[in-house]
Amino acid sequence: MSAQPILELKNVHSGYGSIKALRDVSLKIYPGEVVAIIGANGAGKSTTLMTICGIVPLEKGDIFYNGVSVKNIAPEKLPPLGLCQVPEGRRIFPRLTVEENLILGAFYRNDKPEIQRDIEHVYSLFPVLGERNRQKGGTLSGGEQQMLAIGRALMTKPKVLLLDEPSLGLAPIIIHQIFDIIADINKNQETTILLVEQNANLALQAATRGYVLETGQITLEDKASSLLHNPEIRKAYLGE
Amino acid sequence: MIQEFKKIWKQYAITMLWLLGLLWPLLGIHPDGTISFKQTITVWLYILSGTFICFIIYIINSSGNLKFFTEPVVNTSEKLNNMVQNMPSWIWKSVLLIGAVLYPLLTGRYPTDVAINVLLYICLGLGLYVVAGLAGMLDLGHIAFYGVGAYTYAILNVRYGIGFWVCFPLAGLSACIAGCIVGYPTLRMRGDYLAIVTLGFGEIVRIILNNWMSLTNGPNGILGVKTIGILRPVMENGFSFEIFWVKKLEYFYYFALVLAILTIIAVTRINFSRIGRALEAIREDETAAELMGVNTFYYKLLAYAMGAVFAGFAGALFAARMKFVSPESFTFLESVMVLSMVVLGGMSSIPGIILGVIALIVLPEVFRELESYRMLVFGLTMIIMMLFRPSGLIAAKRKKMMEKKS
Repeated sequence: MSAQPILELKNVHSGYGSIKALRDVSLKIYPGEVVAIIGANGAGKSTTLMTICGIVPLEKGDIFYNGVSVKNIAPEKLPPLGLCQVPEGRRIFPRLTVEENLILGAFYRNDKPEIQRDIEHVYSLFPVLGERNRQKGGTLSGGEQQMLAIGRALMTKPKVLLLDEPSLGLAPIIIHQIFDIIADINKNQETTILLVEQNANLALQAATRGYVLETGQITLEDKASSLLHNPEIRKAYLGE
Repeated sequence: MIQEFKKIWKQYAITMLWLLGLLWPLLGIHPDGTISFKQTITVWLYILSGTFICFIIYIINSSGNLKFFTEPVVNTSEKLNNMVQNMPSWIWKSVLLIGAVLYPLLTGRYPTDVAINVLLYICLGLGLYVVAGLAGMLDLGHIAFYGVGAYTYAILNVRYGIGFWVCFPLAGLSACIAGCIVGYPTLRMRGDYLAIVTLGFGEIVRIILNNWMSLTNGPNGILGVKTIGILRPVMENGFSFEIFWVKKLEYFYYFALVLAILTIIAVTRINFSRIGRALEAIREDETAAELMGVNTFYYKLLAYAMGAVFAGFAGALFAARMKFVSPESFTFLESVMVLSMVVLGGMSSIPGIILGVIALIVLPEVFRELESYRMLVFGLTMIIMMLFRPSGLIAAKRKKMMEKKS
């Protein structure tokens, strides 16, 4: 593991008005890792990602990306830095075509031939998107929409990709496809991945390290394989 | 056939009875307090017989007994459609342009006047299209920018004697500033809240115009606004220029036409540019757009300012044509009219909006004698439109355009 984390949360507090969603959350993510955050409903998983991206305001603490504080950086300035999120529930642009969705992912970029090449690359990762490139995003199936959301995020050329519940509402076979591609993105494009999942089993199998989030606090941090075999985790999150 | 009849006769009967119930208060209760039934029943019987014929035709058609007639019709319309789509767009564009240029020569004063109205409203409608259609922000006070533009020209011209060509960009600028003033604090809101704020803004502008006596002359309005002047070279006594005042309606029509065409070109270019894409992303999902690196606040403000500029330009031209401005012209109802044009024509297609403007300005002129029923018909059309063509008269043809581009 290299010494400097690419993304670091230091004693982060955040929330929605009077509701405190995160209390003193500290995370470290090193380059090339796949880190999973697992936790129950309402534990603050999505809030963690939204706080990193600046959508949910940070109350206390600090967030470092490549050693630089991104606390005061506007959300729209993060993709150019290489930090991009695939939000929960996919949130693609339903009335725009698949291709337009992808082009929007490259919004901050101006290099047209390169963008075209990246679109082709996304189509090679997800052939079904290439087949449907003129179709409106909203007419895709859930799994295809998830692929589109990931493809759109890849268009920003992320160094760190934040994935929020990529398995949400999808059939097991599609989930496996998507997780294979996530592993591929991690390996072949040297993209660091922070994965938030309710499906703990799946997430920990894909991840190298994991954090357990409970009611806004980190309660456990370990290698993913050890977490998978931790009896308490198995009891609480893996249904045993 | 019997089956189809069984399916819908109840609905039909209920609808007709409901119509009777609706019709009677309109026709049967007279202003002098008397009540009558005869007129209602006659009108209702006319409608009943008319709709009954439609009803029978519908039943025959849905049971498939009209195929010998409908099939050729559908076929030819499809063929025509294909032909039109395969025709290069410059052909129909130039036909339209020539038609528009010749229009005032072929028609009289009154149709030209209506046409100028249409052209000004096209500018307004397209301005609103940038705000409501592209960026998805419901703006119920769009007419305020029209008012700001009109009053900018009127005040500068009447008080300070500044000519049209200096005031024209200033009118756009002041409308733009007004747009930013409303936009800056309010664009953090979304949806319904924004609509209410813009509604309030429209009213504020109207009330200011109505009450700031020293500047706007209040409800009396500003009289004596000069029309457009252009420099015309004169050859007598050597070469010099003289100011030519555009007083004839036909000449004025061409100014409105140029403005409308420029607006159409500008909005089309915005539509297919990076800005347009960003605005559409904001309309679809603001948070997702932000996550993808779109500066949502900046682009929303930009959309608002652009919409306001187009309205401001149209306003200046409006003041120059009427030679008179008063707050009466910029009421909430006008905002609703503009919004209706945009919605009726199709929220996200430029030709649709132009068609919507024409429909909502020309049809009331054609049916002048039925003026008291205008709002009724208007509401009814809106309901029918939303039921049967929710995406407007001409829905957006995004796919086609993109294919052509790539």
